[in-house]
Amino acid sequence: MSKMLMKGNEAIAEAAIRAGCKLFFGYPITPQTELSEYMAKQMPKRGGLCLQAESEIAAINMVLGATASGARAITSSSSPGISLKSEGISYIAGSDLPCVIVNVQRGGPGLGGIQPAQSDYNQATKAPGHGDLHLIVLAPASVQEMASLTGLAFDLADQYRMPAMILADGALGQMMEPVDFEERTARELPEKTWACCGHGNKREHNIINSLYIQPNVLEDIVKERFKRYEEVEKNEVMYEEYMCDDADTVIVAYGITARIAKSAVKEARARGVKAGLFRCITLYPFPAKELERLSHKVKRFISVEMNMGQMVNDVKVATDCRVPVTHYGRTGGVIPTVKEITEEILRLSAKKEG
Amino acid sequence: MITELFKHKAVIICGHFGTGKTNIAVNLALAAADRFANVCIADLDTVNPYFRTADNAEELRRRGVNVLLPQFANTNVDIPSLPPSFPLIFTTDCCSVTDVGGDEEGAAVLRGFAERYESIGYDMYYVFNAFRPENANTDYSLYSLRAIEAASGLKFSGIINNSNLGAETDRSVVFAAQKKAEEFAKESGVPLVMTTAFEKNAFPGCTVIEDVTKKLF
Repeated sequence: MSKMLMKGNEAIAEAAIRAGCKLFFGYPITPQTELSEYMAKQMPKRGGLCLQAESEIAAINMVLGATASGARAITSSSSPGISLKSEGISYIAGSDLPCVIVNVQRGGPGLGGIQPAQSDYNQATKAPGHGDLHLIVLAPASVQEMASLTGLAFDLADQYRMPAMILADGALGQMMEPVDFEERTARELPEKTWACCGHGNKREHNIINSLYIQPNVLEDIVKERFKRYEEVEKNEVMYEEYMCDDADTVIVAYGITARIAKSAVKEARARGVKAGLFRCITLYPFPAKELERLSHKVKRFISVEMNMGQMVNDVKVATDCRVPVTHYGRTGGVIPTVKEITEEILRLSAKKEG
Repeated sequence: MITELFKHKAVIICGHFGTGKTNIAVNLALAAADRFANVCIADLDTVNPYFRTADNAEELRRRGVNVLLPQFANTNVDIPSLPPSFPLIFTTDCCSVTDVGGDEEGAAVLRGFAERYESIGYDMYYVFNAFRPENANTDYSLYSLRAIEAASGLKFSGIINNSNLGAETDRSVVFAAQKKAEEFAKESGVPLVMTTAFEKNAFPGCTVIEDVTKKLF
């Protein structure tokens, strides 16, 4: 039996172990906890370590230390816990260290709620910590992708020496689907010559650091980092188009919302409206060029998100507002239904242009 | 008929989380409501606030089942708590289905009620899904079954083979799991009392159930 029936949270954990990650540092929080539980059960059996830290802040700093040695390390949390980790995330980015951070989003702000949300889009893609920095942000939309994108996240993080985030949500974390772990092919990766793993008097010692006293030195380092970000933006964009070829109305969505929107697109088509779905798989790098190309042939974009309107701004920028870009969302842990999204497509399609 | 599970007035549904316990419990309660006068379903899942009996409360009530839920189920204060009216299953003449949380952690809640279950007569069933990681081999399954018995202070009277791969379940999936379920039953000494299938995969000897899991898309 090659396929297993798993929760999204479990699939991430299993995929991380299979990607050679032997170090998990975390602190439990709903709706992410099965990930920590899976690690706690599996890591000791498979030669790894699962450590429940005293806080989210401790956990992310343990990741910094572990990854500085060249090992693959992962931490996971849900929205409020990610805010706590933001200092460590910035330090990891500033130290040019790879790692994987999982955010199984729930409603916010504050303690918010425990039901699914996508209201950390801006945090993940714009300001995951202080300073000029990016995370690679991957947005799975199925339990299979929770697994395959986790493997990819480790490879991308190592390749570009930067943290990668899996931006999921409570629904994806909790729902169960079949998953096949045999699918992934790992990338060829550069040797970690920068790792602090003991020089044995055979080479210069390596230093992992994010403090630079001289402004011009720091500027050069940040600029070098942004050169790498350019490479990421050039090479690593991932998206999926569904029925966009002849579409008038294109929904832009990611994660669980894209799954729901896909059904809404089918429903709208059944009612004679030419709808399509553009699903972002990478949120950073954002598929801006691809949306720009699409903006020349469609009549409108609807950004469907479980928040008050965050990704919609990136769609507007990407498409230069060539056609109307509107937002449809639910928030606070409420998941939009197929019916709601279908009605929004039909409502906007029925509107007279201009 | 799934109602064959009722040999005493109380049925308890346990197992590794994600094996389909709630789906079985809800199917059983709905079928029981068609046959018996007074049917209760109690949501005793103190482990996980997602995908639980409360998702089906409306349909269950509509069909005459008395639904006993924790007070704040499916809200943002879904704290691990027991339904206040839960003891009704011991004090009235109802037939009851108790839907328990996953694994031994979920089953621990039964411990305080073990004597009361014994006094009214119960059958506790282990829901088995060969495609779940903790049921993937017989040793894991045996551990899980014994751990639940130890935590609950109650004994299993049967195994329900509910093996499935979600939306990708077809007949070959159901058949592939049958041998594993039989082996697990043999090793555990607990009889395999039922194998479930959805209508489209039905085969002679199976019990047909409906998919009552909340649909998001």
